[in-house]
Formats: sequence, structure tokens, C-alpha cells
Amino acid sequence: MILVFIEHKDGVLNKTSLEAITAAQAIAKDINDRVSAVIPCDDDKGLAQEIANYDLEKVIVATNPKLNVYTPDGYADAWAEIIKREKPQYVVMSHTYQVRDFAPKVAARFDREVLADVIRYRKEEGKFVFTRRIFLGKLDADVVLQGEAPYFVTFQSGAFRPDKAEKGSAKIEKVEVNVSEIRMSPEEPFQETKSEVDLTKSEIIVAVGRGIKSQENIALAQQLADVLGGDLAASRPICDAEWLPIDRQIGSSGQTVAPKLYIALGISGAIQHVVGMKNSQVIVAINKDPEAPIFDIADYGIVGDLFDAVPVMIEEIKKLKG
Amino acid sequence: MKIVVLMKQVVNKDAVLRIKADCSWIEESDVALQTSESDGYALEEALRLREAKGQGEVVVCSVGTHAAKSVIKDALARGANRGIHIINNEPHKLSPYQTAKMIAEVIKGENPDLIFTGLQSDDLGYGQTGVILAELLGIPHATIVIEIDRSSLSDTLRVKRELESGWYQWFNYRLPALFTIQSGISQIRYASLKGIMEAKKKEIKEIVMDAPAFSSAQKIQKVYLPVKTKQTQILGNGDAKRGAVELVEKLKNEARVI
Repeated sequence: MILVFIEHKDGVLNKTSLEAITAAQAIAKDINDRVSAVIPCDDDKGLAQEIANYDLEKVIVATNPKLNVYTPDGYADAWAEIIKREKPQYVVMSHTYQVRDFAPKVAARFDREVLADVIRYRKEEGKFVFTRRIFLGKLDADVVLQGEAPYFVTFQSGAFRPDKAEKGSAKIEKVEVNVSEIRMSPEEPFQETKSEVDLTKSEIIVAVGRGIKSQENIALAQQLADVLGGDLAASRPICDAEWLPIDRQIGSSGQTVAPKLYIALGISGAIQHVVGMKNSQVIVAINKDPEAPIFDIADYGIVGDLFDAVPVMIEEIKKLKG
Repeated sequence: MKIVVLMKQVVNKDAVLRIKADCSWIEESDVALQTSESDGYALEEALRLREAKGQGEVVVCSVGTHAAKSVIKDALARGANRGIHIINNEPHKLSPYQTAKMIAEVIKGENPDLIFTGLQSDDLGYGQTGVILAELLGIPHATIVIEIDRSSLSDTLRVKRELESGWYQWFNYRLPALFTIQSGISQIRYASLKGIMEAKKKEIKEIVMDAPAFSSAQKIQKVYLPVKTKQTQILGNGDAKRGAVELVEKLKNEARVI
């Protein structure tokens, strides 16, 4: 058995769980096994029915009133019980913030750890070889699992396609799980500020990273965005330094965008940024460091000083638009 | 209040990485090192909490080679009270469970009220040593903490977690507890000259420890440059101004996006 985690908020599916289903189905094919989905909740609000439309052995609805909101303690107890019951070979999840919070805890209960944030896997001499990005995206590492099942694996967002999850018809099984003391009390989730800009609707984005060096220099990037009729965005360090407001942040903790043109100025291309923009139609990277991982996903690159390149770009575009 | 801060030494963010001939790891001999970014924020948060409470002790703990002592010394110069250095000569071979086990053994006797660490290291990025450690110690945890309510009462702490897509959530914890800290939570202080002088007198306990046996450790087979998924046209051949001219031409006539 392979178990796959279905993440949700009040019964509303987190779409990355469909990627996890695709991943789990692929692994199942390779080891000739079946996949079951697990939904920890108080009330699944019809989510189990939605998930039952995929090619799964069964959808396990792990219920307890204490699972009405997410807590790491509650989810760890629910998962521990389901794993003891089902004795899975693999437990597959998407590498979301919530999974990062509870999955290592569940694994530790079984004297295991998580093979986390995997971007792809292959079968080699009957064994799985998983690939992770390391050194902030600069290198890849091939990693193998040792020891006995269960194996815990999480996949990076985008590693598998949500629309490739195979459809089918699964039975739904409701399991009342035990949850012991919850040692943390959550308040209501909230959004910090209403966004001023909706970058997801931008056709052209000029994004700045550490390479912009100072807040004053952002004006240069703004000029480029202006002549292109685009919007200004940034990587996390720029927003952390409050050089630009947080609603301009692209990446796992900010917005996910896919404009026609994405120009990355002085952005190295750490995974946390890349996941937020890699689906852009055309990506341009300007960076001094030829080894910067941003060049791996760029269509066009300039290795050099952005302060040399950008003023020339602005002039050239002005000429074009005459 | 006793706060243990776990900090890791990693290669410098801007260092050019050279892969060993056998592809087992990178050449570490002459590469510049630094403290993993989010661990620096974890220390800053511990120092600010101690200051807000007006009392307490901040203990820095690092697992690493002899070189990792500089991470501890730097933390002491910034204001940590003392350090614990778990010396291991091949820390990159430690799986997160092994690292957590080593730390658990050492700090069990410290009985800290709080443990802070960065949310993930800038090298291996496992992002789970803290969570596993909390489980081994039997204390609750929260990850990706972006704010701490320093006015919380003495035996509780209210922390703000970052969720995805711009959402946040406050959680209340009874101590002891472990929190992994997000980068950017506050401005990191510099070490003062006075701090650097005082640090020389502060205690650093050294414990040499081999990796504990762990049959389920994930094992790195080889490291390599990422396989490119896209053909990148590098323009200008080192001349950024010429590249800019070529780029605008290509965006107009080839990609047709402007």
C-alpha cells in the first residue's frame, strides 16, 4: 500500500495534493502496488467523494473532532494510527508548508525521517533514486532510501502534474482515529494586508533580487518596468528589507505568477523564488554570477552587471516604441 | 528563561562550488563559510526575547567540524551566553534524524524552556532536524515562525506562523517548545567590539561525537550540476551593454513578447 496525503482547509482541496496523487500512482506502478488517499478531518464536507473519483484503492477519512483545524499534534496522531493500520510501503505528500510542519514528526514516531522536497525520481537496478535540489538550487543530489518501510517522501510543487492524476472509482472508508492532547492552540488564519497589485494578472514582470544592492537602485528597475508597461516584483530578501512591500514578493511565501515575460535582475534563483515564476512564458536573467541557478530556467541570459545592461535596455526599448 | 539556539555552518551563499572528483560531495577545503541564514534570525529572536524578559540565558549549539567554532564565537559576540560545539568531522553525511539524535542527547540535560533554529539550512535544506528533535524530546513545535509575541506570559509563548500565499496564523504554546524561525523575522544585530571582547571569556563546551547508528538514513549517492531543462541563450558574451541590445532585439523579433 502507498498512502497519499490530501491537504485541505475546511474541506477545500489544496490542489498540490493532486500532484501528490500523480506521484503516488507513478510509484505504485513501479512497485506494482495500490494507492490509498488519507484525509484527516472532523468533517470532510464532500472532499472524500471528490477524491474517490481518482484511481485509488480507497479514500480513508480519518476523523476526530480535534482535527477540525490543523495542528501538528493532531495530524501526527491521526497519521500514526493510519500508518499502523495500513502498514504502507510509502507515504507520499506534496512539500507544502503544512507538510513541512507535521511530516517529520510523523516519520520520527516510526524512527524514520522524510526524504523531502524531491524534484524527480527514477528506478535504477530495481531501486528508486530520488533527486533533491541542494545548496539553494545550485546543485542536485541523487539520494537513496535505506532501511525498512515505511518510507516518507515529499515532492516539490511542480514535480508532477495535477492533471495527470488517473481517474477511477474508489471506495470511501471512514475511520475514527484517536487524538491525544493537543499542546498548541491555533487562532484564526488571516491575510496580512489586502494586496495593492495583483501580479498574477501581469503580462510583464521585472523582478529584482539582492543584486540590486540598495533601495535607491530600485528606481532603475521601475523605469524598465514602466517602459515595458509591466509591473515591478521582487525576491524575498528585498521585501524582508522592506525595499518593496510584501505584495510584490514572488515565490513560495509570496505570489505565484506566469506572465508572458519575466525579467529577473540580480536574482540568483533559489528554489523558493523559482517555484513562484518558473512557468513564465519567457524568462530573462541578468546576473553577475554565471553559476546562478536562475540561468538554468532562463530563455535569455546576460552574464554581467545589471547596472550596465538595464539603462541600455531602457534606451533600446524607448527607440522601439519610438 | 533558558533558550537553546541551534545554528549550522554552511558554505557561503556566493561561493563557487566545486564538485569532488568522485561526485560524493563538494570540495570543502578552500570554500568560504558562513552561518546558515535563518539560523542567524533564530539567534536574533532568542536575544530579543531574553532582553524583553530582562533575564535568561541563550545557549548556542552547533554540530559541525572544528571550523564551525566560528559560528559559535560569532553568536557569543552578538550576545549569546555560552556555546556547545558538537564536533563531527563529516556533518554533511549526517541525516536529519542523526543530527537531531545527537543534539537531543546533548541538550536533554540543559532542560531548555525554548529551542530556536532556522527553518532549513542553506546547504542540504532538509528542514526537519528541529521537528524531529522536538519529537525526540517530547515537546511541541511550530515551523516557519515569522513573529514572536514577546509580551507572552512566562510559561507560554504566542507565535505567528507563515502559511502559504500570504496567509498567517497565530498559535499559543505552553513551554517548553521548539520553533523553527523564518528569515527576515527581524533585523539582525552586528557584534559590537565590546561583544567581541567579552565573547573571548565565554564558555564553549566541546563534545566529540560520531554519527549515531540509524538504519533508515537517506544517503546521498552523488551530487552534480542541475540538468538544464531549458536552452538558455547567453547574450553579449560578457559585455552586458551589448547583451542588452541583443536582448531587446530578441524579445521583439524572436520571442515576440514586447
